Amino acid sequence: MSKTRVPAVENWFTTDESAPALLGTRGVESGSYFWPTAVAVSGNPDAPGEERLPVELSRTGTLWSWTTNHYAPPEPYVAPDPFLPYTVCAVELGREQMVVLGQLATGADPARLEVGMEMELVLGPLYEDDEHEYVVWQWAPLRSTP
Amino acid sequence: MSGHDIAIIGAGMHPWGKWGRNFVEYGVVAAEAALADAGVAWSDIQFVSGADTMRNGYPGYVAGATFAQALGWNGAQVASSYAACASGVTALATARAQILAGFCDVALVVGADTTPKGFLAPNKGERGDDPDWLRFRLLGATNPTFFGLYARRRMELFGATRDDFARVKVKNARHGLANPYARYKKEVSVDDVLDAPIVSDPLGLLDICATSDGAAALVVSSLEYARSHGSADAVRVRGISTVTPSYPQTTIELPNFATDSAAGTVSKPRHGFKESIAVRAYEEAGLGPDDLDCAEVYDLSTAMELDWYEQIGLCAPGEAEKLLRDGTTTLGGRVPVNPSGGLACFGEAVPAQAIAQVCELTWQLRGGAGGRQVEGARVGLSINQGLFGHGSAVIVSR
Repeated sequence: MSKTRVPAVENWFTTDESAPALLGTRGVESGSYFWPTAVAVSGNPDAPGEERLPVELSRTGTLWSWTTNHYAPPEPYVAPDPFLPYTVCAVELGREQMVVLGQLATGADPARLEVGMEMELVLGPLYEDDEHEYVVWQWAPLRSTP
Repeated sequence: MSGHDIAIIGAGMHPWGKWGRNFVEYGVVAAEAALADAGVAWSDIQFVSGADTMRNGYPGYVAGATFAQALGWNGAQVASSYAACASGVTALATARAQILAGFCDVALVVGADTTPKGFLAPNKGERGDDPDWLRFRLLGATNPTFFGLYARRRMELFGATRDDFARVKVKNARHGLANPYARYKKEVSVDDVLDAPIVSDPLGLLDICATSDGAAALVVSSLEYARSHGSADAVRVRGISTVTPSYPQTTIELPNFATDSAAGTVSKPRHGFKESIAVRAYEEAGLGPDDLDCAEVYDLSTAMELDWYEQIGLCAPGEAEKLLRDGTTTLGGRVPVNPSGGLACFGEAVPAQAIAQVCELTWQLRGGAGGRQVEGARVGLSINQGLFGHGSAVIVSR
């Protein structure tokens, strides 16, 4: 019996399994982008108080850097038992001119990563309980990249 | 601008380690050492400026009062500052403002911490609106995760190697051998660093600083008070920087999920955040990178020390490895960096660390640093950064 897939956090990304996107906003006056909006502590100082309209961020970008963690982080991270190393990617979005973090897609090989390669947003499992699998945004190398 | 200078007339520390005692004990030891060094009685202190710790309950949030009570209430005015790793310099800046405004003549600045084993973790509880909690929950983005991202970026941009990073640790370990306050006093080899277990690749256990217990304190005063108390030639604070970033902040920083967006109408800042921290301190002091005789920089990781060389203007971007390899930043070189041994030898005791950096500079400028003395040091800079956008730098001279 398969578990229900639910987002690990509400309203940070769309749950379109084939083409998910991060749910950001764009300032009407400044044209700057903001994400994640739930904890967006930044604002464009040239346009204080500007209206921000919802926008889906670019689904692809280039890999800025990455690192693989070999020790289990403290709570509230829900680490599998036994612990498995995981990779965190920083991906630069062209249109937004911003760098967005995300775990490397489950099953992707960090040994094949190279700074500058094209990455695509996907959904993947973060942790699970008895009834649910909690999914989160991840970055996957675009298949066309060697 | 000597009109903005204050004097450092006392410095004191409690040795760093994993002592497992109450942080207040450490703070009192450091405070009493600084007072003795200054030759100032606790009862004469007019202002207490505490640097807070988030890990030790309410007493840690009101550290200034906590230390004042432990030393014995003396009626001094008090403030407590929290700015993560920058807390110590925020506390120093607060004391300086009180002195320069004429509200007090002499102040005690003190910070202390007791840290748990392992990764620094967010506060407990379900806090879905706290980015510091969420970064652990949704990404597993520990502090070393960010250090690993920067280190790999440095390798990609500048061709740095793990060997280069290891040489930072080798240098700092050697510097710290002669520091009685350091926690780790042991030489390490490049191979030791390379062979250590990987934490956040490319960084291993010996590339990343530990977390420690420790305390540091300063007695600071007006120049007039220093003169009238036999410290006419005291080390002076020439500049303090507590700047925030300028939008857009385009480097991914703790604890954020993303950088600011540089798209749209933005006035591009002249400097990145870390550069801007140093620039402000230099501007206040009327000094520049060429004036430095030594520097204490926040080597949370070995690779980050190299970043700082460039961010404080010791060299152009991409040239830090050369500076390290040719010995410029080693004791005996033109501008030794982390003569104390740095975080590599101390581990981080968050609210005490930025104060400890200034203690080290004070001793260096007095010529009292013993086996780790930078010959003829007259000008020093300390720098670090607190998460959530706190700059922290101090320039001292004699």
